[in-house]
Amino acid sequence: MPASKLSKAAASDHASRVFDLDQSSLRELNQALHNLTPGSNETAWEVLNPKGNHSVAVGVDQPVSIDVRGSVGYYCGGMNSGSTITVHGSAGPGVGENMMSGSITIKGDASQYAGATGKGGLLVIEGNASSRCGISMKGIDIVVHGNIGHMSAFMAQSGNLVVLGDAGDALGDSIYEARLFVRGKVESLGADCIAKEMRPEHLELLKGLLDRAGVTGVKPAEFKRYGSARTLYNFNIDNADAY
Amino acid sequence: MCGIVGLFLKDKSLEPQLGSMLSEMLISLSDRGPDSAGIAIYGAPSANEAKITIQSAKPERDFRGLEAELAKALGTPVTIAVASTHAVVRTSPGKIDEARDVIQTLRPDIRIMGAGDVVEIYKEVGLPEAVVDRFNVRKMTGTHGIGHTRMATESAVTTMGAHPFSTGADQCLVHNGSLSNHNNVRRELIREGMKFETENDTEVAAAYLSSQMAHGKNLGEALEGTLSDLDGFFTFVVGTKNGFGVVRDPIACKPAVMAETDQYVAFGSEYRALTKLPGIDNARVWEPEPATVYFWEH
Repeated sequence: MPASKLSKAAASDHASRVFDLDQSSLRELNQALHNLTPGSNETAWEVLNPKGNHSVAVGVDQPVSIDVRGSVGYYCGGMNSGSTITVHGSAGPGVGENMMSGSITIKGDASQYAGATGKGGLLVIEGNASSRCGISMKGIDIVVHGNIGHMSAFMAQSGNLVVLGDAGDALGDSIYEARLFVRGKVESLGADCIAKEMRPEHLELLKGLLDRAGVTGVKPAEFKRYGSARTLYNFNIDNADAY
Repeated sequence: MCGIVGLFLKDKSLEPQLGSMLSEMLISLSDRGPDSAGIAIYGAPSANEAKITIQSAKPERDFRGLEAELAKALGTPVTIAVASTHAVVRTSPGKIDEARDVIQTLRPDIRIMGAGDVVEIYKEVGLPEAVVDRFNVRKMTGTHGIGHTRMATESAVTTMGAHPFSTGADQCLVHNGSLSNHNNVRRELIREGMKFETENDTEVAAAYLSSQMAHGKNLGEALEGTLSDLDGFFTFVVGTKNGFGVVRDPIACKPAVMAETDQYVAFGSEYRALTKLPGIDNARVWEPEPATVYFWEH
């Protein structure tokens, strides 16, 4: 290939498509992202001035990378399928809600119900997450570098929640089958959530999650594992108070 | 949903901009509540006057000649500044209670929005921008203020059902959420002698705080009491003559975000309410913890 063509190809790979939300609407941004088709060359996107707007980059279903420069409001990256979203700021409620695959990284803090109902992919919160982080998670992996709030992983069904800091009250209340790894202290465990043994396969799983989330200098052995005692699976009158 | 905002200035140089800052904050949350909007703004205190904010659905009729009639009845000078459906009555602090009674006698259709040494309250049905324009809120100055845009759930969409609710001198409250035991608490407060203007749950919360403070509690202690005595979902933002407080219920499902710099403390239901504040990029921004009282005083 002639040198000139090579450099042109390289340039198109690296030039990102920039959306300044002070200049264009959120609808235009999301429509442009939804218009992407498999094999598109527009693989790098940059969103300026999100200023707490809701629904930034919701419903993306192509493997592109999206850098959001600032803080976002509700539901950023919701339903994400395959894209790599980085928020260089904090995120409002419901970030990555119902994510299917791909990854979302929040450089700052996340508000309530981060990663709620997520079915797949990786959500990394480099700051703290708020209450109900991972509520009803269904296969998503969530790694929080800081702390998480109360009622996190409530009714969690599948997936992994890794917390390097502390967890608030009622962690894993009415949990089904998700695995919760917490390095710090847990304020209290919710109904049917118990501390569990860290077996070699859990240490290995956790090592992989920490690696994928860019966590260094932290050993899997520093974490405790929590999960379901499975006493609420079938109705038992003796458990009536636990519901 | 409802949207609430609050701004407590530490830096006096920002005081001329309080109205414009609060207006922008409130307008940014318009889609959290289209039913009504309102603000309470705390101006500079004056030793020789106190204020009553009044409202009338027929301002041309009710406000005409009121200044002279009120001054005559009270035997003291009175000024009235009319802004659309609202008007601020100024007279000597010792005459405020009497002035309230006289206003109600002279003009039975007038509603008292609030009273005190410094507070003025403006609220009407409609979107924040319309309410802000109607009362020229952007031009207002002051030390702190709170605002609300309402999605009505617990009572009718009326001017009186709008927030803020003021139930004591210079006290007012805005609320996001809904209370489940407000009828009981209202009955208890009525027995104590509190008066209510609406069926609204938020008015009960405001009156609860007024009652607690009337019993000698400070703002922080009064807010602490809401956690055991009020049942339901709430984020409250309250103002007093020189204070500003925030509390969320233990479940804390109503959104809240706060920011603090050397210049101010700000509250918004969402972060986007704070994005235009000066120095916000370097502010300490956090979500208030559930069942935790935050308050500041000048």
